[in-house]
Amino acid sequence: MIYLAKFTPILPDFGLLFWTVIFFGLFWFLIGKFAFGPIRDALKKREGDIQDALDEAKKAREEMANLKAENEKILMEAREERTKILREAKEAKETIVNEAKTKAKEEAQRIVTNAKNEIENQKTAALIDVKNQAGMMALSIAEKIIKKQLAGDSEQEKYANSLIDEIKLN
Amino acid sequence: MRKILLTFCCVLSLCFLAFAQGHEGHDHSHDGHSHSTEAHDSHGTHGCFEEGSHEFNPGNTAFHHISDQNVFSIGPWQLPLPCILYAKDSGKWDFFSSGKFHPDGHGVGEFAYNKYVLFEGMVHRVKDAGFPDGHIELGHHMVQEVEVEGEKKVYVCYEGEKYEALYKSTADGGLFGGGVTNFFDFSLTKNVISMFVVFLLLGWMFIRIANMYKKREGQAPKGIQSLIEPVFIFIQDEVAKPFLGHKWEVYLPYLMALFFSILGLNLFGQIPFLGNANVTGNLAFTAVLAIFTFLVVNLSGNKHYWEHTLWMPGVPAWLKLFILTPVEILGLFIKPLTLMLRLFANITAGHMVLVIFVGLIFVFAQGNWGGVLGTSVGSGLLTIFMMSIELLVAFIQAFVFTILTASYIGAATEEAHH
Repeated sequence: MIYLAKFTPILPDFGLLFWTVIFFGLFWFLIGKFAFGPIRDALKKREGDIQDALDEAKKAREEMANLKAENEKILMEAREERTKILREAKEAKETIVNEAKTKAKEEAQRIVTNAKNEIENQKTAALIDVKNQAGMMALSIAEKIIKKQLAGDSEQEKYANSLIDEIKLN
Repeated sequence: MRKILLTFCCVLSLCFLAFAQGHEGHDHSHDGHSHSTEAHDSHGTHGCFEEGSHEFNPGNTAFHHISDQNVFSIGPWQLPLPCILYAKDSGKWDFFSSGKFHPDGHGVGEFAYNKYVLFEGMVHRVKDAGFPDGHIELGHHMVQEVEVEGEKKVYVCYEGEKYEALYKSTADGGLFGGGVTNFFDFSLTKNVISMFVVFLLLGWMFIRIANMYKKREGQAPKGIQSLIEPVFIFIQDEVAKPFLGHKWEVYLPYLMALFFSILGLNLFGQIPFLGNANVTGNLAFTAVLAIFTFLVVNLSGNKHYWEHTLWMPGVPAWLKLFILTPVEILGLFIKPLTLMLRLFANITAGHMVLVIFVGLIFVFAQGNWGGVLGTSVGSGLLTIFMMSIELLVAFIQAFVFTILTASYIGAATEEAHH
């Protein structure tokens, strides 16, 4: 004889109902309060932290990019400044050199002119001196000749020659 | 991968083979026993029951395996559990261990205690007041189920007399064949113990995880924390947040408690050879969860929800009075009822199919080794297939119960947006 036994799982008995209410209620209350709640909060906080960290990283990245652009700009400006300074320095150098050259030329001219004048003066002075001396000498010769003439002819001649020699020596 | 699967099949088949042999051995002992009962007969102490065939009935075995019991059977052992019983007729409470019944391998008690007897692991109480109180020896197989006029009744045979014993009181009000009988059973049954163990394990695990979050704040999850976190976040982000809007935080503990207790108990019932407690497949358990959901949904219902349920705006009054409002009020109860029945039916069906697939061995392999080997391998493969599906069902049903609860709460707490 084949028959089926009582199908008991579909019969909700009071004991299991009672214990399920107790156990599930306790599980819900205790684990909800001491585990699910704290885990939920910790996960929420971590999610917030991660979002904050990402936002901050993004902000930092943007700032870095800004900073870099600014640096580039400053560098560019510095470069331009340098070029400008160099160019100005070159120009200044050229001006100075040219000025110096002109001045030096002028000075040299002036010195040469001065020297020429001096030479001329000196020459004139020397010529005057020579003239004076020659005059003096001629006077003294003439005096001495005159003195000799008064002594004898041959003697005068001889003397005159010796005087001429003397002049040559001079 | 294929190698692992093949090895697993072989091991499982061998297990079944051993089981089949054990069962045969058991049957032999039955036969031996029936001889001894004949001997008893001559003494006139037995003879209440007709000799029924001891043919194996997989349906019965399945029913037996999925029922809640007052013993915890692991393999051949029947671990006794505490009984807490209230007799309606005498108004007396009884506290004792089910070991007092001296259950045999099938959970049939060889002793009666204060009119209580054990049949297939379940406590029954003798209806007749004339049955003696106290610890009484009945003998082997003295409690049996007999079909009387299409109804199955449990009878106890004591001193040649047949006494009817009733199943415990149930809260179905006779709808499914139960009702209030002569006693109430508040025992720590197999299901209660399993529930306790699973809730304790889950509780211990989650408290540990919560402490890890506290202790390791600002650090990446580790160990058990990273095992549970994806599941937790899945329920939080895919179930709680989409359905509950900005109120998700309030209801999250309830949804988590639902999901993890259903999942934990589903999986605990799947562990082979560890009692296979059918907690989530018991209507009492699913009914309690459904009642909790009903209370949470309707206690958090706002004005908008009640208005739309009881007196839908913008609909003619006669339509509301005769169709819409009655249907909506029915819906309030049908929603948790479907939750209750869906979980119960899915898990119970899974457990039954598994038992029946294993039972095929005993149906088709009658004694000869070739048949035993063939059906062992065949039903081994079928069972592995079913167990894989059941593993999936364990997750799906926990998820479905949770997501439907979330959607009901969401509908009840939704703000008006006209």
